[in-house]
Amino acid sequence: MTPPAPSLEIDPELARRILTDFIRTEIQRAGFARGVVALSGGVDSALACVLAAEALGPQNVLALRLPSRTSPPDSLEDAEAVIRATGVLARTFPISDAAEPLMHSVPEADRVRRGNILARLRMIVLYDQSAEFGGLVVGTGNKTEVLLGYTTLYGDSACALNPLGDLYKTQVRQLARHVGVPQAILAKAPSADLWPGQTDEGELGFTYADVDRLLYLLIDERRTPEEAVAAGFQRSFIEAVLERIRRSQYKRMQPPIAKLSNRTIGYDFLYMRDWGT
Amino acid sequence: MTTLTLALAQINTRLGDVAANLDKHVAWAADARSRGADLILFPELSLTGYMLQDLASSVALRPTPDQPTLRRLLQASRELDIVAGFVEQDEAHRLFISSAYLSLGEIVHIHRKLYLPTYGLFQDGRFFGLGSTARAFPTRFGRMGLLICEDFWHVSPPYVLWLDGAELLLCASASPGRGLQPEGELESARWVESISHAYAQLFSVFVAQTNRVGLEDGLTFWGGASVHAPDGRRRAQGPYFEEALTLAEVDLSEVARVRGRLPLLRDERPDLIVRELDRLQRSGPA
Repeated sequence: MTPPAPSLEIDPELARRILTDFIRTEIQRAGFARGVVALSGGVDSALACVLAAEALGPQNVLALRLPSRTSPPDSLEDAEAVIRATGVLARTFPISDAAEPLMHSVPEADRVRRGNILARLRMIVLYDQSAEFGGLVVGTGNKTEVLLGYTTLYGDSACALNPLGDLYKTQVRQLARHVGVPQAILAKAPSADLWPGQTDEGELGFTYADVDRLLYLLIDERRTPEEAVAAGFQRSFIEAVLERIRRSQYKRMQPPIAKLSNRTIGYDFLYMRDWGT
Repeated sequence: MTTLTLALAQINTRLGDVAANLDKHVAWAADARSRGADLILFPELSLTGYMLQDLASSVALRPTPDQPTLRRLLQASRELDIVAGFVEQDEAHRLFISSAYLSLGEIVHIHRKLYLPTYGLFQDGRFFGLGSTARAFPTRFGRMGLLICEDFWHVSPPYVLWLDGAELLLCASASPGRGLQPEGELESARWVESISHAYAQLFSVFVAQTNRVGLEDGLTFWGGASVHAPDGRRRAQGPYFEEALTLAEVDLSEVARVRGRLPLLRDERPDLIVRELDRLQRSGPA
């Protein structure tokens, strides 16, 4: 039987309520009142910044712009529009000066390695600034990229809490539109900004619109690959996506600890992070 | 006395901090009493928080009148009846998710959660033992039944309490919100509201349920306490996501009036059910 066309639509006001409560509560329970967001000029970080500003008050949010020499200039402008609209505090740290000595020492590195170096340098600045500002890092990773493993481990995926991790990219866009993220950001092609001209959809080889519908069927609705074929997806596409999910499971977990004792962290030492609060 | 003012407490809790949660119970009970409440219903595991995991044994208590936490609640129950949720430890050191009905300084009834979900995000069955009785009990207002969260998602416990004479079903929950829809309520909220409505009508009883609010890590509890009357109508509705004390006037004599014109309980066939269940137990579906 053909599954019905999946609806990725969400009640945006309800999502906004839950996510702002989440950001405020989880930061406060950790003993903080402030948050730091790396603002790339893209839709995910724009949404995370708006939600953090609503949750904590704009004076308690620091937006960091972390451009490299290859970043498109409109990214800085788009980030600036979010900073102005939300009233959050902002600082800009170009990362190329720090990146270049490292890049020189590994001339053979391909663009993926170089891109990962940039992503991890951004993480270093972000965490250093979070210590300076006295705030926690609010993540910007969405459910699509987390499932596909389309992130740099200990780079853009590093955060203290992740408000967007249960929203597919399509849903991020819907919620971003609802909370007033500028149109220029909503309209442009998503990019990880790791090399000139990079776009997510170009690199992944499929569109977010397609993969989100497929992921919704396979993950949220627990449909089988056969049912996804019946719903009109190419078998090769389904298999490629499932393989990406399987291979990137390690990015979604803490590194495994080899069990020796009767009580081992991760297996039988189990507490929520909010323990005692 | 068949009329009572019911107070549904949808509170946030501190995970594993019984002292802080107990203070909140006592304060909310006093507030409810000052607003005329006769009975205050707190959510599942209201004294401990929900996702306890390895904290379970360190917050467990033996429900005896001299147990310090319970003693304070029993003292407060001299002013109004109190239903509170806790981790119960028995003589054999087994742990249960329990709720106690306290009245006039006495423990009237303790219910141990019968259904411990382990599907999806739930882990109850990993840390707790199964309760083994579903019993209605007399109170100074009338006969009641007490259920905890997942117990209420199964039709059998409310059904048994109905046959056992309950006129008011109390349900204490810690229900994490899930299933964001295109519009309106969360799927989990819609579900609880529709079964509350259904049980009230199917069993001609009052159904009062309360659910906690606040977060534990990424789980958001949605609140939304409600009371449904035996005619199926909703008598009270608490807000979503925020702490609130929702009051409802309940006249248990309405149960008799509804059952007078709609004698579903009189005509129910427990003998038939027992026979058929016995057959299914012995030989499975025909």
